[in-house]
Amino acid sequence: MEKSVKLSCRHVWKLFGNGAGEFLGKSDGAPSLESLQDANLIGAVRDANIEVLEGEIFVIMGLSGSGKSTLVRCLSRLIEPTAGELLFEGVDLRKMSERELIEIRRHKLGMVFQHFALLPHLTVLDNVAFPLDVQGLDQATREAKARQVIDLVGLSDRESNYPRELSGGQQQRVGIARSLAVEPELWFLDEPFSALDPLIRREMQDEFLRLQSMLHKTIVFITHDFDEAIRLADRIAIMKDGEIIQIATPEELVLNPATDYVGEFTKHIPRAKVLTVGSVMSKDLVEGTDTVLASARIEEIADKVESAGIPVGVVDADGKPVGSIRPSTIIDVLVGREVVS
Amino acid sequence: MSKKAGRLFSSTSIVWLALLLVTWLLSSYSRDLSKTFDAKWITRFPAGWRLSLKNDISAAMKWLVEEADFGLFTFRELTRGIAWLIEQPYNLVLSVLSSGWMEGQGSGAVQILPPLSWIAVIAVVVTAGHFAKDWKLALLMGLAFLYLAVFGQWDSAMVTLASIIIAVPFGVAGGLMLGIAAYRWHWVDQALRPILDLMQTIPVFAYLVPILFLFGFGPVSALVATIIYAMPPMVRVTTLALRAVPDEVVDFGMMAGCTKAQLMWKVLVPTAKPDLMVGVNQVIMLSLNMVIIASMIGAGGLGFDVLASLRRLDIGAGLEAGIAIVVLAVALDRLSQAFAQPRQSGEARRRQTTILYRYPRTLIVGAFCIICLIAGYFFVSIQSYPEALQVTTGTFWAELVKSININYFDDLEAVKSFMLSTFMLPVKRFLGGIPWAWGWFLMAAAGWYFGGWRLSLLCAALAFFIIANGLWAKAMVTVYLCGVSVIIAGIIGVPIGMFSALNERADRIVGVIIDTLQTLPSFVYLIPVVMLFRVGDFSAMIAVVLYALAPAVRYAAHGIKTVDPQLIEAGIVSGCTKRQLLWRIRAPLALPEIMLGINQTIMLALSMLVITALVGTRDLGQEVYIALTKADIGRGIVAGLAIAAIAIIADRLIAASAQSMRKRYGLA
Repeated sequence: MEKSVKLSCRHVWKLFGNGAGEFLGKSDGAPSLESLQDANLIGAVRDANIEVLEGEIFVIMGLSGSGKSTLVRCLSRLIEPTAGELLFEGVDLRKMSERELIEIRRHKLGMVFQHFALLPHLTVLDNVAFPLDVQGLDQATREAKARQVIDLVGLSDRESNYPRELSGGQQQRVGIARSLAVEPELWFLDEPFSALDPLIRREMQDEFLRLQSMLHKTIVFITHDFDEAIRLADRIAIMKDGEIIQIATPEELVLNPATDYVGEFTKHIPRAKVLTVGSVMSKDLVEGTDTVLASARIEEIADKVESAGIPVGVVDADGKPVGSIRPSTIIDVLVGREVVS
Repeated sequence: MSKKAGRLFSSTSIVWLALLLVTWLLSSYSRDLSKTFDAKWITRFPAGWRLSLKNDISAAMKWLVEEADFGLFTFRELTRGIAWLIEQPYNLVLSVLSSGWMEGQGSGAVQILPPLSWIAVIAVVVTAGHFAKDWKLALLMGLAFLYLAVFGQWDSAMVTLASIIIAVPFGVAGGLMLGIAAYRWHWVDQALRPILDLMQTIPVFAYLVPILFLFGFGPVSALVATIIYAMPPMVRVTTLALRAVPDEVVDFGMMAGCTKAQLMWKVLVPTAKPDLMVGVNQVIMLSLNMVIIASMIGAGGLGFDVLASLRRLDIGAGLEAGIAIVVLAVALDRLSQAFAQPRQSGEARRRQTTILYRYPRTLIVGAFCIICLIAGYFFVSIQSYPEALQVTTGTFWAELVKSININYFDDLEAVKSFMLSTFMLPVKRFLGGIPWAWGWFLMAAAGWYFGGWRLSLLCAALAFFIIANGLWAKAMVTVYLCGVSVIIAGIIGVPIGMFSALNERADRIVGVIIDTLQTLPSFVYLIPVVMLFRVGDFSAMIAVVLYALAPAVRYAAHGIKTVDPQLIEAGIVSGCTKRQLLWRIRAPLALPEIMLGINQTIMLALSMLVITALVGTRDLGQEVYIALTKADIGRGIVAGLAIAAIAIIADRLIAASAQSMRKRYGLA
């Protein structure tokens, strides 16, 4: 089943500086990096093309200054793109009136922020209920809804605390609960775990995956941490200097980095965590053995294949045999040797 | 040695030395010069060239009041409307706190409902203290107000309190609105900024003159003056506080689908509330300060008591009222600061419970007030504090001062005349002798040296304003008094600040003293000074030093404390002794900050100088004061602007030199 496109952005530009709009018009909508510099403009986002599919986790990864935060703010229309088209469920966000945009934000969008952006004067409950309050729901309804999401992130016992009384991880749980309170269809997370220390970050990533397995939201997730991107993403867009240089699944990125820059990131990624059986198996069919799923990651089936000692059959999601995998292949992947399938 | 000497006499120092020499020569011999050449213009600005700004302003104001008509209403009706708007709530609060409700007119009036009894008022403030923080603050509030009752200051204090209760909401709301407008629209910010700058440099008395003219003598015009005076910091604080709200929080508000109004009132303002409360605290303290000063145009209350006793030279009564002001100031300051602290989760608003459970304090206090009201009919002492139990310290203070003056008169007099003859008068003579044209040139030169041609132009223009209005001589007296006071405040304040930065215990003690000094309304400083030194320049100088000391101490301490610790460590590793650390590393690096402190000291000194006109100085402040007593609006405004001009010149010159210093040290 082909998934539908939830959000698509076509030829989106964001230039900072005086006369950015006219400049872009003059240069036929595709100025080079050099000509931008000459015009004293900063190309924060240059010709971004993205299609976010229904129910996927789409990660935008880039180092600081790569334009990822600007891009997500263009997508959510927190800042006005200099040029380009933004289609949300087929409707152009840029052509919407102020009122329509407010309606969309109230009911269909949610966002989590790097530094949590909790309101200091409200309790956890009131913070989570805030977007509902803005919509004009009455107190009883909004508090009941808020309690549900607070429950979901496991903070029921802290609902009458103020944000400053919580740890960083707890605060971000509140941020997540708050963004989920309106049951958004498109969920933006702007570096949600970057301000947390590594152990908590890991725990929050697991929590995030657990929530997504229940909620199946369409997600745009921003990070500067490549490991995090690999861990969470269905697809990753890598940004550098305002440009998207590659959009691919984690596996494709590791196998076929588009440029040396992408290669630099993928080099240190443990392959076993990323590669699936299907991408390294041989096409030879074997019979009478245990089977593993083609979509499984090497890491998950390594023990099974190794202990079998002989090639193990590979099947697709319907149980149809599609090939086999040798224990030696597993070892090749684990030690990072070139895999010849 | 020769190298050092070479650096000492670099080309710029030679120029400055030469300028100083020329200035000194001109100052000493300008009178002789003008006599020998028969050129009066050397010492006096030619009368024919003078601007008639004074008369123009007076005429314009007269036209405004008598003839201006906006079609729908006249200007006079507008001012009456404003007065009416302020008068209504003021009368209400005054009735509750002080006068009660009357039926009938004049002496035939009958009280139909008494004001809140003193016990009820104390109960209210104690509850407010407990609500804002804890029992400790409640106790402080209770004791402060009990003091007012016991020492016979109750009635005046309630009048003053009523003024503050009205002025503060107007000041806060007005400041908040203007601040929000400046945050939202860039052009409002651009337009407000110079106005706010000017308002903060124009001395307080200068406000009183036009307001007296427009609104007449009485509590309402005092309130108008108070509100105008107390509003600027709230505007600034609001704009800054809103700008300080993290971008992410604003983004969140947008993403939650807030409308513009929701974003402002549900996200921005509440998030900025702790910062905004700092502004509210400032409004309260400035209002108190101004309500006291505004007694000159009819505010009544404690300020009037102080003013009256200053005029009578009744030290005892003046001091009693002064202490009552201090008590009220400290109580209000602590209370408003406590309200600025964030609440704890345990105090979170309780929901879905009965009213009794939700607002226990309000209900109990309300009931208590009613009980007091009823009981007051039967027992007079519940309604108003019994006079028999009042303690008056007036005679005690009077006796104390008398005995000090009898026993130490010679010593005090010796100090005074020593300071006057060796330091103050020579400075006065030197500054007073500088011919206006040369002074003008010096201002422009200093501006050019520190900040380039723009600053030079600004300084020259402002100096010209003073000269062309024939105020050069008086301005020099102001500069002399201000300069002398600032030098002494610096000599006392900076070392104290540096010491307290290095010694934690001293820091705490100094902190408390400085905080208290800053809470006191400026009027209060005059009382002890006049007691000990009577009227004159010396008394004025002491009062100014006391009032303006705080920033010198505070900035010096802050400058020393914020020196990069790595540089200190580098010094220690290089084997610096403690003394070398202080003089070679800390002090030079703190110098820009100390300069800013001196700058603030100058600003405070100028504002205090105007008030010292009451103790007989002969400067621009006196000019404003005279204008106030004569209701000569043009004269008052021009003299006020002249003081503002001095303040702006000093401010810009010092800021520019501190900036260039920072650049040199790489701190900018």
